[in-house]
Amino acid sequence: MSEAVRQHPALMEVNPPLIRAKDYHDLTEQISEITEGDVFKTPLKYWITLAITGSITVLLGGMLTFLVWNGIGVWGNNRPVGWAWDITNFVFWIGIGHAGTLISAILFLFRQKWRTSINRSAEAMTLFAVMCAGIFPLFHTGRPWRAYWLFPIPNTDLNIWQNFRSPLIWDVFAVSTYFTVSLLFWFTGLVPDLATLRDRAVTRTKQVVFGLLSLGWRGSARHWRNYEMSYLILAAISTPLVLSVHSIVSFDFATSVIPGWHTTIFPPYFVAGAIFSGFACVMTLLIIARWALNLNNIITMKHLENMNKIILVTGSVVGYAYATEFFIAWYSGNTYERYAFLNRALGPYWWAYWTMVTCNVISPQFFWFKKLRTSIPVMFVLSITTNIGMWFERFVIIVTSLHRDFLPSSWGYFKPTWVDICTFIGTIGLFLTLFLLFARFLPMIAISEVKGVLSYEKGAFKDQEVVAK
Amino acid sequence: MTPAQMDKLGIGDDKVYGVIGEFSDPHDLVAAGRKIRGMGYTKLDAMTPFPVHGIDDAIGVPASKLGWIVVCFTILGILTAQGLIYWVGAVNYPLVIGGKPLYDVSYSIPVTFELAVLFSAFAAFLGMWAINGLPRLYHPSMVYKNSHRASDDRFLLVIEADDPMFEPAKSADHMRTVGAAEVEVVEG
Repeated sequence: MSEAVRQHPALMEVNPPLIRAKDYHDLTEQISEITEGDVFKTPLKYWITLAITGSITVLLGGMLTFLVWNGIGVWGNNRPVGWAWDITNFVFWIGIGHAGTLISAILFLFRQKWRTSINRSAEAMTLFAVMCAGIFPLFHTGRPWRAYWLFPIPNTDLNIWQNFRSPLIWDVFAVSTYFTVSLLFWFTGLVPDLATLRDRAVTRTKQVVFGLLSLGWRGSARHWRNYEMSYLILAAISTPLVLSVHSIVSFDFATSVIPGWHTTIFPPYFVAGAIFSGFACVMTLLIIARWALNLNNIITMKHLENMNKIILVTGSVVGYAYATEFFIAWYSGNTYERYAFLNRALGPYWWAYWTMVTCNVISPQFFWFKKLRTSIPVMFVLSITTNIGMWFERFVIIVTSLHRDFLPSSWGYFKPTWVDICTFIGTIGLFLTLFLLFARFLPMIAISEVKGVLSYEKGAFKDQEVVAK
Repeated sequence: MTPAQMDKLGIGDDKVYGVIGEFSDPHDLVAAGRKIRGMGYTKLDAMTPFPVHGIDDAIGVPASKLGWIVVCFTILGILTAQGLIYWVGAVNYPLVIGGKPLYDVSYSIPVTFELAVLFSAFAAFLGMWAINGLPRLYHPSMVYKNSHRASDDRFLLVIEADDPMFEPAKSADHMRTVGAAEVEVVEG
């Protein structure tokens, strides 16, 4: 790319790497010193935050223990709403993970240089979000130590096989593949940076730990060639993978006959929603990280603005999908389908529906205005309302469709129990704790990738400080 | 470690790994690599903090074969999934559910796709490390005094000792003539 940019300086304007560093060494310093500082000298605000999120994680442990001890009756799921907060939370967390893969894989394939300073943290977020997501179906089984029954492993205690006609088994394959591939992709990207940390390590422990983790990476040109091919392939297969995962999640609903679920719009609609919520979550985390770790040089306003534009687009797609659903419900002429949608908007869960519409359709429209999409407080608030809205979207789809189906005698009203609520809050704690630990102890920015897109003219970095604004 | 193993790894008092020349700019590295290759050297390597574009052509790094390995594993993934779904559903445990066929392509697509992706990802990941001969705990290039900066801001060009044209003193001179700031004959 540097060659092309030297010949056509205008390319730099359109697609800049957006990093400020005096030279390669300065960049290494800026990113590595976050991970290398004395643990006891980490700012107090970090430890206080970690203590709070850590306590919430302990709450999660307590809730799951309580659940296993008593059985899943401690959750509010019951007839007719057999799937409630657990699946809502599962879909919510999986969706959040998707932005990470989108940023790391799809933007990589589109040669978007600005992704380099945010892709590492977005990928880490994917892993942590998928971990949180996995907790819910795992514990909804009631006996998580039997979870291997989900996989086609020959076993003598059951002596039966999985039913491959069921979308639930597709989901097992999709989510476990997604987690594995995301982990491999993330670790591959991390290895050259771990080698950087190994080479800078001053204590014996760090030398050994980073020495083992970096697998003996020495930056050989032959290795880089295979490495880049591996990275390209992983990006290329992650792109359809991320689209498939949320499509398959939506099949859990779309292949059933429940009014409000049985629609062909679900796969694209779920994928757009996933990207929307995921980007909002990346925004929330990056705004906090940028403030807490002073990363203004590396995560610039331009990054945040670009992400806000994606939030605006995907938010509008989601709004369009809501409108289409309503239109099709009316146009289908099916009494049950029409009722399911009227009941969503005007029935007992009207408050959830209108929270969803306000947060997802109306609030991102503020990003049409440049002044608002470049204001940190505004984007922070809107990223949080988007997350709330997308959680409610899943709640609305799942609970309002189930609570009133074909037969009025089997109607009901779902209320979460305190265990439902505390378990969900607990996963937020787990997610934030893992992210905080990652941000402190591993390079949060992909050092080698950022260096690769910096295009210093020969010798120019000595007197030219800013590469791109 | 047996002498044969040490020999294979290029370790030992009598072993010379090669001549390392140090550059502080990737463009200089590529230009120097091209000149060194022009002199007739064939066993060249470079060590850089990020993939420097143009270095592959300059010093003659062969194209990666990883793509072919991955394609094989993608096909293996598809076959595994189809075999699994067919054998489980139609052979080993046939069970009629809702009148649906015991095996059909349509409902086998999601799992087949996921397993193809999973197999390809493992092939791309493990295959890359295998071709690269990693992980390994030690490499003679790490003896070079500034090798730790090859992951920071230095670009190293290497003429390896098994190059037919390699002679320590002469090759070091060649390295100096193409503009390396530091030149060192590195022992294994």
